[in-house]
Amino acid sequence: MAFIFLIPSVLIIGVFNIYPALYSIVLSFFKWNGFSPKIPFVGLENYRTLFTNPEFYNSIGVTIVYSLLVTIISMGLGLLVAVALDRDIKGKTLYRILYFLPVVTPTVASGIVWTYLFDPSQGIINRTLAFFSITGPSWLTDSSWALLSVSIVGIWKRVGFCMIIYLAALQGISNSLYEAAEIDGAGDFKILKSIKIPLLAPSTLFLSITGFIDSFQIFDLVYVMTNGGPVDETDVLGLFLYRNGFDYFKLGYSSAIAVAIFAILFLLSFVQWKYTGGGDEN
Amino acid sequence: MKIRREKTYRKIIRHAFLMLGAFLSVLPFMWLITTSLKPPNTLYSSPLLIPTHFYIENYREALQAAPFGRFALNSLIMAAGIVFCQTIFSSFAGYAFARFKFRFKNALFFVFLATMMISSYATIIPNFLTINALGWYDTFAALIIPRAASVFSVFLFRQFFLTLPKEIEDAASIDGCGKLKIFFRIALPLSKPVFVTSALFSFLFAWNDFMWPLIVTDSETMRTIQLGLSVFQGRYGVRWTLLAAATVLSMLPTLIAFLLAQKQFIKGIANSGLKG
Repeated sequence: MAFIFLIPSVLIIGVFNIYPALYSIVLSFFKWNGFSPKIPFVGLENYRTLFTNPEFYNSIGVTIVYSLLVTIISMGLGLLVAVALDRDIKGKTLYRILYFLPVVTPTVASGIVWTYLFDPSQGIINRTLAFFSITGPSWLTDSSWALLSVSIVGIWKRVGFCMIIYLAALQGISNSLYEAAEIDGAGDFKILKSIKIPLLAPSTLFLSITGFIDSFQIFDLVYVMTNGGPVDETDVLGLFLYRNGFDYFKLGYSSAIAVAIFAILFLLSFVQWKYTGGGDEN
Repeated sequence: MKIRREKTYRKIIRHAFLMLGAFLSVLPFMWLITTSLKPPNTLYSSPLLIPTHFYIENYREALQAAPFGRFALNSLIMAAGIVFCQTIFSSFAGYAFARFKFRFKNALFFVFLATMMISSYATIIPNFLTINALGWYDTFAALIIPRAASVFSVFLFRQFFLTLPKEIEDAASIDGCGKLKIFFRIALPLSKPVFVTSALFSFLFAWNDFMWPLIVTDSETMRTIQLGLSVFQGRYGVRWTLLAAATVLSMLPTLIAFLLAQKQFIKGIANSGLKG
């Protein structure tokens, strides 16, 4: 009986998750364009090429910077909003909806809107800056601003998520703790630093890891906004893999890239698994 | 008196901060809607964030310039397929993990959870090859079947069924109900809240999805709305009002789904954090 209930999920997860993950590893030792009947085994050559390719290191750097910016800043802002909302406050539900809207907005649409907001001459950002007599940069086409600009969109899309997670955790903190602290004369900042932040540590860990894993796999936002440019300033790993796999049809080589990404993320997930598993016992 | 005044003053700061943040959150939407309703000649002159014109013509022209109806229909078919399969299959599997005894149950559940750690990049090339080998390239099968199962939903359903009192099912089984009947007649109807949450997550994922449809579709008649929009951006990017109208159309379904079920949705997210 259990067999009947499980077979659809097992079949699909087996064929489209487990098998391809293993097959990627195998494919990374071969050279193949997807059409040729000859598929020569090349050993570690794909990895050797990859690890000596400056484009790969550039992509890793870009992806890490993007992931760190998005993860950390969205967590900080999300925490501030959650703390401000963690009271009986008018319009709480409305605030929650407004902050959460960007989270559910399709990435392609978000990228398009922000591309216009970042427009050097007519975009709302530079027009606002011009109002204060500041000449804004040409954001997406300026090599020193492009990555930051894309990250701003990533942050905008993630603050609401962090806010919800923190808010749920804050509501689990007992009021008596705050009362005791107030009697001891602790101010808002002191309470935030000595009570809230330490007690929110599990949520912070959860948000850091999921944030990094999600941002690390960024693709559509960059594809729509800059397509990796200017030059390679926003060339994230997802684009690098896509280009090699589906533009140049270097399937073995792009499998090696996939394995590298997989290894980095698997390690991170494993860390989360261990930490949260340990957290349950306490 | 003093304390009271301080409270009001702090309340104002709190609201000012929250409003500023909320404003920045929705500013892109305000700009987008305003732009989508502007006649082309007033693009840069009239207010940027508050619609003062209602030039619906942009929407008509955008719909004529590209088959957005078709793209939306494709997205809808894909999303419906994914939502249907993920919720049904996951409720089955979740029930099996919660209620049945079988060999290697824990090992299998562990494997399920472990697959959540597999990055989609690690599977994308072999899956592309599989789709080609099956002759599914550029079909709905390619868009739906590889994503017909969801470990996250299986997990949601399992957790829910574990909290159901077993007595109800035991009583039914004494009355001579078979296991299948118990599942369909008793367990499944009770799991409606999980059904909604799971379906909502699946729908958002499917409607917003971009990379996989980009890889496995080719013809214009198979394009999903996100793909169609990104191609439209390349072609009509200079016509802000048209693209803005098309962009509004592409985000409407997810925003409506979210607004209708926001309570359920936010609760689902909050729980995922507490458990994780």
